[in-house]
Amino acid sequence: MISLAGRDIQHAWGKFVFTGIGLGLLIGVTLTMAGVYRGMVDDAKVLLDNSGADLWVVQKDTLGPYAESSSIYDDLWRGIRSMPGVARVSNITYLTMQVRQGERDVRAMVTGVTAGEPGLPGWPPQLVAGRQITRGHYEAVADVATGFKLGDQIQIRRNQYHVVGLTRRMVSSSGDPMVFIPLRDAQEAQFLKDNDAIRQQRRRTAENPAFNRPGVPGLLDAVIASQSTNAYVNAVLVQIEPGWDEQMVAESIRRWKRLTVYTRSQMEEILVGKLIATSAKQIGMFLVILAIVSAAIVAFIIYTLTLGKIREIAVLKLIGTRNRTIAALIMQQAVALGGIGFVVGKIAATFWAPVFPKYVLLQPLDSVIGFVAVIVICVLASLIAIRAALKVDPAEAIGG
Amino acid sequence: MNGKGIRIEGLAKRYGKGDTAVDALKVVNMHVAPGEVVGLIGPSGSGKSTLLKCLGAVIEPTAGRMILGDDVIYDDGWEVNDLRALRRDKIGFVFQAPYLIPFLDVTDNVALLPMLAGKPNAEARKQALDLLQGLDVQHRARAMPSQLSGGEQQRVAIARGLVNRPPVILADEPTAPLDSERALGVIRILNEMARKFETAIIVVTHDEKIIPTFKRIYHIRDGVTYEEAGEGQGF
Repeated sequence: MISLAGRDIQHAWGKFVFTGIGLGLLIGVTLTMAGVYRGMVDDAKVLLDNSGADLWVVQKDTLGPYAESSSIYDDLWRGIRSMPGVARVSNITYLTMQVRQGERDVRAMVTGVTAGEPGLPGWPPQLVAGRQITRGHYEAVADVATGFKLGDQIQIRRNQYHVVGLTRRMVSSSGDPMVFIPLRDAQEAQFLKDNDAIRQQRRRTAENPAFNRPGVPGLLDAVIASQSTNAYVNAVLVQIEPGWDEQMVAESIRRWKRLTVYTRSQMEEILVGKLIATSAKQIGMFLVILAIVSAAIVAFIIYTLTLGKIREIAVLKLIGTRNRTIAALIMQQAVALGGIGFVVGKIAATFWAPVFPKYVLLQPLDSVIGFVAVIVICVLASLIAIRAALKVDPAEAIGG
Repeated sequence: MNGKGIRIEGLAKRYGKGDTAVDALKVVNMHVAPGEVVGLIGPSGSGKSTLLKCLGAVIEPTAGRMILGDDVIYDDGWEVNDLRALRRDKIGFVFQAPYLIPFLDVTDNVALLPMLAGKPNAEARKQALDLLQGLDVQHRARAMPSQLSGGEQQRVAIARGLVNRPPVILADEPTAPLDSERALGVIRILNEMARKFETAIIVVTHDEKIIPTFKRIYHIRDGVTYEEAGEGQGF
């Protein structure tokens, strides 16, 4: 038996191809939306992977340092370092901000790392050009996605930094590229106020009789000095000794340091389950809407094509064609349309994904799921047209 | 099988029930022998189309008897289970417009029926080509229906009606869209094919040009058939 659907498609290939291209662009958008979600999850995992940490020690009862703000004293690392099972620790600060370079600015996550100690958790694990930060001030390592080049001067708050190294795929959970600077500079950038605010604070402190007592010389200077220091970091990253159970070490830090500690899996849950949850739901809604729109378009197209063949269907039924042959004709056309659409969509998504400002991760599994979904949608969408075709009375082929 | 043509005895068809019932066919008696072409003529609303639909097993009559070849297919109820297969294997249709399948070429339009009946594609196509040759359209075998003239399309439609060698062909106004010469050409072909394949052919028509060609004519009026000898001697 010949394929009636194949012959019909061959006969009206232009209509099918152009309709398939239109549908394909819609499928391409759907695949890209899924890729955007996968990219966000991957960004979150990359952030955790590249930090090299096993544990994140943060301010008590916060979800810091990525999902909530966290502030802890910068000398706590010493006590943590001395605890059993802890191999290496490092202070870290994270601050997402606009980093200026000349006339342009780039949104980046500025990360403060302890200068001169590459290999500690938090440092970029590898560079693609240049060197790591060796000086205590005004040097930076930037992700290539920032567009900065070696030797560039960038401005963070009031200071200028010299880009000495470039790294790759170091991004925040929001997909912003990272810029690494020495910890002291990062603390200033995050916690130090501007000169006007400092002067105003000193004046207010000096006018406060509690701090400016005539009988207590030196008190005012001590208070002002304490206000000017930046003894905070956002988190302490911990690497544990091989063979130690991370839960046990985490519990020990929680118990003795009165801080909140997250393991890798807990931090991943925070990033994926909480930080990008709303975005994921948003994308999920888009996927559902796009699926419904695709189904409606396929249903409309197939229904219209079928209505255009009512007389032929009546003739086919009159001359003894079985219902399942007619149903197969319509369903195969719907599936073919979906197939053309999927191929076009996959190619389109592959080509336009790198142009997107955020990372779009097109996973083979998503493509397989997408293909199955497209076929299922096309099959379901063809049911309306099949119903209409099966209701055609063969007597319509006979006049009168 | 083709030895007895088609015989209809006391066929009736009623639409609706009670006060709103309409008797579209009251008493229809017909017999068309194998190899014979008869005309069926009647004014609008006389029941021609209803009769054609009953004969074509598209709608069910209310009463009567239909015998196709040696098989009783209706006797106050269908005697066959698969009407679709009955239409495919034992009844040929030729319509007013050819209604060829636009996405199949001429050969496959004709070969479709034997393919639907389960014949291998190659065998079905050979059968179709033989028939197209008999109808002198073999040179258009690879053409699409849209590339054919009206007369060629009608000949292909006749080939499709004949391809499964049915004992009866129902032709519904087959010459309506054609000029005199082509109309007579189609009737000539129907007569030739009827004789060649021992097929009984019933031609429903209003066409004054072809009425004189029938040896026998059935008139239908108010759902009742009357037989009349025609003027023609056939072809």
